[in-house]
Amino acid sequence: MSGTMARRRFLGLGGGLALTAGLAACSTPLASGLVGAQPNTADVIFWNLFTGGDGANMVLMEQDFRRTHPGVTVEATILGWGNPYYTKLALATASGTPPDVGITHLSRLPLLAASGLLTPIDRTGLPELGVTADHFTPAAWQKATLDGTVYAAPLDTHPFVLFYNADLARKAGLLNAAGDGLKPMKGAAQFLDAVKAMKEASGQYGAVMSITADPSTAWRYFSMVYSGLAGPIVTDSGTRISIDDAAMEESFAFVQSLTKAGLMPKELNGSGANALFSTGKAGFLFDGEWQIPSYRLVKGLNFNVVPFPALLGPRPVAYADSHALVIPHDPQRSAARTANAARFIKSLLDDSAVWAHGGHVPAWLPTQRSKAFLSQSPQRNYVQAAFNAQYDPSAWYTGAGSDFQNTVGATIIEALGGGISPRHATAAIRADLKRYTTARPPVTMK
Amino acid sequence: MTTVAVPRSAPEPLVRSGPARTPRSERRAGVLLSAPFMIVYLLFLVGPLLVGIVLSFFNTTTVKNGLGSFVGWSNYAKVCQDPLFWQAMWHSVLFTLFTTPPLVVLALAAAVLAGRMRRGRVFYRIAFFAPYVVPSSVVALIFLWMYTPQIGLFPKVFSALGLPVPDFLGSTPGGWTAVVLMTLWWTFGFNFVLYTAALQDIPGDLYEAAALDGAGPWQQIRMITVPMLAPTTSLVLILQILASLKVFDQIYLLLGGGPNQSTRPVIEYIYDTGFTSYRGGYGAAATLVYFLIIVAVSAAWYGLRKWRTTSSAA
Repeated sequence: MSGTMARRRFLGLGGGLALTAGLAACSTPLASGLVGAQPNTADVIFWNLFTGGDGANMVLMEQDFRRTHPGVTVEATILGWGNPYYTKLALATASGTPPDVGITHLSRLPLLAASGLLTPIDRTGLPELGVTADHFTPAAWQKATLDGTVYAAPLDTHPFVLFYNADLARKAGLLNAAGDGLKPMKGAAQFLDAVKAMKEASGQYGAVMSITADPSTAWRYFSMVYSGLAGPIVTDSGTRISIDDAAMEESFAFVQSLTKAGLMPKELNGSGANALFSTGKAGFLFDGEWQIPSYRLVKGLNFNVVPFPALLGPRPVAYADSHALVIPHDPQRSAARTANAARFIKSLLDDSAVWAHGGHVPAWLPTQRSKAFLSQSPQRNYVQAAFNAQYDPSAWYTGAGSDFQNTVGATIIEALGGGISPRHATAAIRADLKRYTTARPPVTMK
Repeated sequence: MTTVAVPRSAPEPLVRSGPARTPRSERRAGVLLSAPFMIVYLLFLVGPLLVGIVLSFFNTTTVKNGLGSFVGWSNYAKVCQDPLFWQAMWHSVLFTLFTTPPLVVLALAAAVLAGRMRRGRVFYRIAFFAPYVVPSSVVALIFLWMYTPQIGLFPKVFSALGLPVPDFLGSTPGGWTAVVLMTLWWTFGFNFVLYTAALQDIPGDLYEAAALDGAGPWQQIRMITVPMLAPTTSLVLILQILASLKVFDQIYLLLGGGPNQSTRPVIEYIYDTGFTSYRGGYGAAATLVYFLIIVAVSAAWYGLRKWRTTSSAA
């Protein structure tokens, strides 16, 4: 009997101790969590989704801010890229515990802004610090605007660009006289000839891109080609399909002409594209400029990056997105905190030459025109792409990593593989879009 | 222990006939012992389920506070009318059909073979179980490299042998093959362990007697091992069916539900609509439809087993 008692008392004591210790250890975050307030662990709480090279650059920029603003503390939290990040940002803001500064892709901005999750730039004190329209790449600033109100300070433009192997380009006779860029080309026919020449030079492929199981890349590529001929595929905040059938069929025919002729593989994933381009088995790589840091590490690879030439239609188009800085809506944030947040954003913009090391084109014109940026190669070669930027159409379902990109991208992948004809692919895209235009939107947009 | 010495006046009946009368202290101990589990169960299973049921009747979104507008059963109606939902549901079923039989048969075969090893039995047990411990993200990464078109191990082996190279990641049959092979390698260790444990419960003298009667190894397996393992097989089967129906990570990581969403399982459909498209209410409705189906499968299985045991007992 006494043995049982002792054991029970021991267990009770141990459990009680463990509970007290646990409560004491997390009392502050727990208490503030229960009352629903963001613990003010720093003057500026900053959420972003950058890891790898971009993450390292962002840390440098945060440190620069700390150095120049000794009185202001910054706490940066890195969340998982894509949907996990946006889910957390949206839920935290909707429940009244947002960070002071957050990052968003501009393609994701329309829904966040329409949901009332973002503070308009006018009310953040940023204009007083000189953060105004005339200091930004116009396309990015415009995309940060919804119904005439600006909600974000664009940090960069990251376009879909053309990588080329410089040694193979020389062999193929595609280099210009100075040898620092490609000979000017224009139109689908000339581009096709260039890819053919690259195929001969490499002995394997003219061009590669990540196709298999990569709907976002497929969509970026196709969106760029199609945008040369026609406007956005949906209008009226995503409630109306506005596909130009003839233009879309022509675009599909063009992208298929490359894969069908064996100039580029019909199926290849990101690691495959990386391996083939890195080892000189493909002359061109179609991808985002954010791949520059990873190719820099490849020994013996002599590459350059330029904007895509005009393919279909008279002028070049660059599919792009932007990282932008936002101040999530929080009615309880003090004026002093908002002022610190604005100073932090301004500092990141001023420091965006560091950010450009990741390949991105700074959206902040003072940096874009600075020596610190213009001395970066190949970054300075495709600045023009930021001005020709074509973003995702504005709708509740579009944007980086969205379900829309997955659905439409899947159809494009099928077309790239030659599985469906341009006419059928166009019909399939219409059917894909119909799901979204007829679904009940989570938020009504004007 | 003192209780052992307490003399009993009469043997207690095995099945209690009267109303349950447990002592107060025992009842309290029961509550206290189950409390930690019950709290977690209520907080993380029952609670969210109830919230999910409420959400499914509203146009709730993850980007806005509150429930949103009441929409009644229309979320359910839309889920049931969405061909993509049923397509995704079929993919989960298809995956279950592809993976369950080999995972049960292979695990049984491997367990029997490993059990018959005279040397290095521990090595084989560890070797077969080891993949199960590896996280799915790591397994997917390794297999992704092996399947990669043009440069991967599998395409290279196929082309070296002069065979047509299957498109593992870019075609629907290839995608299914890829994900099923990976899943077999990765998860069969769990069933293997269950079978290995059950094999050890079969008394050795049964085999001895069978051997004396002239039964060969194959007959011993067929007449002793397999029937004696029947309860384990039934357990393994239902666990495997439920696990396969819940497939998400390996398909998501390896194929992203592609090509052209032709391998997208129903959980990825729920994830896509609920999180990627922010349609929380709609996602909740889809989840509940799926939840009901899983519960129905489990209940049917349970009912079938009960019916079989009662009919065999009678």
